[in-house]
Amino acid sequence: MPRLLNVRPRGGGRLLLGLVPILLLVLLYLGASLARHAENPADKILPTVGAMAEQVRTMGFQADAVTGEVPLLVDTVASLKRLAAGIAIAAFTTLVLGLTIGLLPVVRASLGPLVAAIAVIPPIAVLPILFIILGLGETSKIALIFVGLTPFMIRDLASAVAAIPEEQLIKAQTLGANTWVVMLRVALPQALPRLIESLRFSLGPAWVFLISAEAIAADVGLGYRIFLVRRYLAMDVILPYVAWISLLAVVMDWALVSLSRTAFPWAHPKRIRQ
Amino acid sequence: MNVLSFRDVWVEYGDKIILEKVTLDVAEGAFVSIVGPSGAGKSTFLRLVLGQEAPSRGRIYLDGEPLCPEPGPDRGVVFQRYSVFPHMTVLKNVMFGVQCNGRKREARAEAAEMLRLVGLGDYLDVYPAALSGGMQQRLAIAQALITHPRILLLDEPFGALDPGVKLDMHELITGLWREKGLTILMVTHDIKEAFKLGTRVIAIDKRRRDPQAPHRYGSTAVYDFPLDKPNAGARRELEKLVAAEAAEAA
Repeated sequence: MPRLLNVRPRGGGRLLLGLVPILLLVLLYLGASLARHAENPADKILPTVGAMAEQVRTMGFQADAVTGEVPLLVDTVASLKRLAAGIAIAAFTTLVLGLTIGLLPVVRASLGPLVAAIAVIPPIAVLPILFIILGLGETSKIALIFVGLTPFMIRDLASAVAAIPEEQLIKAQTLGANTWVVMLRVALPQALPRLIESLRFSLGPAWVFLISAEAIAADVGLGYRIFLVRRYLAMDVILPYVAWISLLAVVMDWALVSLSRTAFPWAHPKRIRQ
Repeated sequence: MNVLSFRDVWVEYGDKIILEKVTLDVAEGAFVSIVGPSGAGKSTFLRLVLGQEAPSRGRIYLDGEPLCPEPGPDRGVVFQRYSVFPHMTVLKNVMFGVQCNGRKREARAEAAEMLRLVGLGDYLDVYPAALSGGMQQRLAIAQALITHPRILLLDEPFGALDPGVKLDMHELITGLWREKGLTILMVTHDIKEAFKLGTRVIAIDKRRRDPQAPHRYGSTAVYDFPLDKPNAGARRELEKLVAAEAAEAA
């Protein structure tokens, strides 16, 4: 009998091992839901699969009688727009500041402490300030995502750039490169895969900030909707929405991984341990 | 003709003296090996030549001009590790030097030719991570030579390689040195290697020691052995002399 440490599941076994906990969880839910509905057919806390499917149909495939729009569709579009804008601005700022702080000691000395100080402020605590200054519109929601992600990402990228071996920077200079060329051709390409990696880790917080901002002040959006229907205990809407948000998050993560693998094959040497 | 000259060079950090009174000249076409115990200041010596560090006292001259205290294209370097760019293919790694010096059109052909010379002609489009340690060092050498530096600095270049690979690399660097008439400064802790490759071996160590304050005395060149090995550079000098004499006679 090999030690547990050395047992490596492969192929079908691996897949099965991954599926078991998920199936168990689903079964647990179904069992609990059935039990509650046996006691009280009008139970709203653990809705049946049928009830949720019905809500998916009305929210996701039918135009609302009043607004003439499909709620799930307009919510998704609104939320993704805010998310994309916030993440794009955060990524661009990170690239510019992270690169210069990581590569140039002068910039590190002047901006490093400031970024470190800003990074410890809890972003949600800044939300009222953003609402006051930027109003309740789109800008404050995008700004919250930006404020929440950027300091962490800048620090991460700057430390990655600072970790580029000094030998490479010296070598580049002995080949005739100036600061600008070292930044663009040595530091930037090596920073990009790390930026994508750090974006992947920031997607979770980005959703948190988006949903928080939408919950407090919005008239459309995924976060707005689930907080709206919470008033009616509409778990049959909330649960499919949460599943949909998770699916979107998984797809974004997968897209970032694929982007990194195709654009920067050198950054992904074959993994040794499965 | 001296490529590199040290004139009474000192390196001090506070009251800690690393190098003291280093005065020496490196002639064109020489292959100088620098040996010494670890911590004696071999690396500091190389950092001075690279321009990563400036001397606290004294002067360093490259081709008679005061040395620019920043790394520049007149000095090529191969480190023990990390001196190739992991995000560029083998070919791009070498093209980089040509492009930085503004000759974009010739870059590809020159780089491919240089890579053929170091035995990497069949690996132009792979990334360095796919190369063995020895091949990565071949790449680093090609990369350094593509800009035709006045002096090539090698910092323990073969220290991390297997013995067999090391021998191949010795052959490669000796061949390139002869053929191209290079001036090479190599820091190594391997004394055998130093004598095998060098035309001159310089040992750096402390001349005096104070057991109560070991940092009070710095290292300097304690031994300087010239060995007799003509290369293309020396041969060319000789040919020039012969031609000049012939012209005078005529």
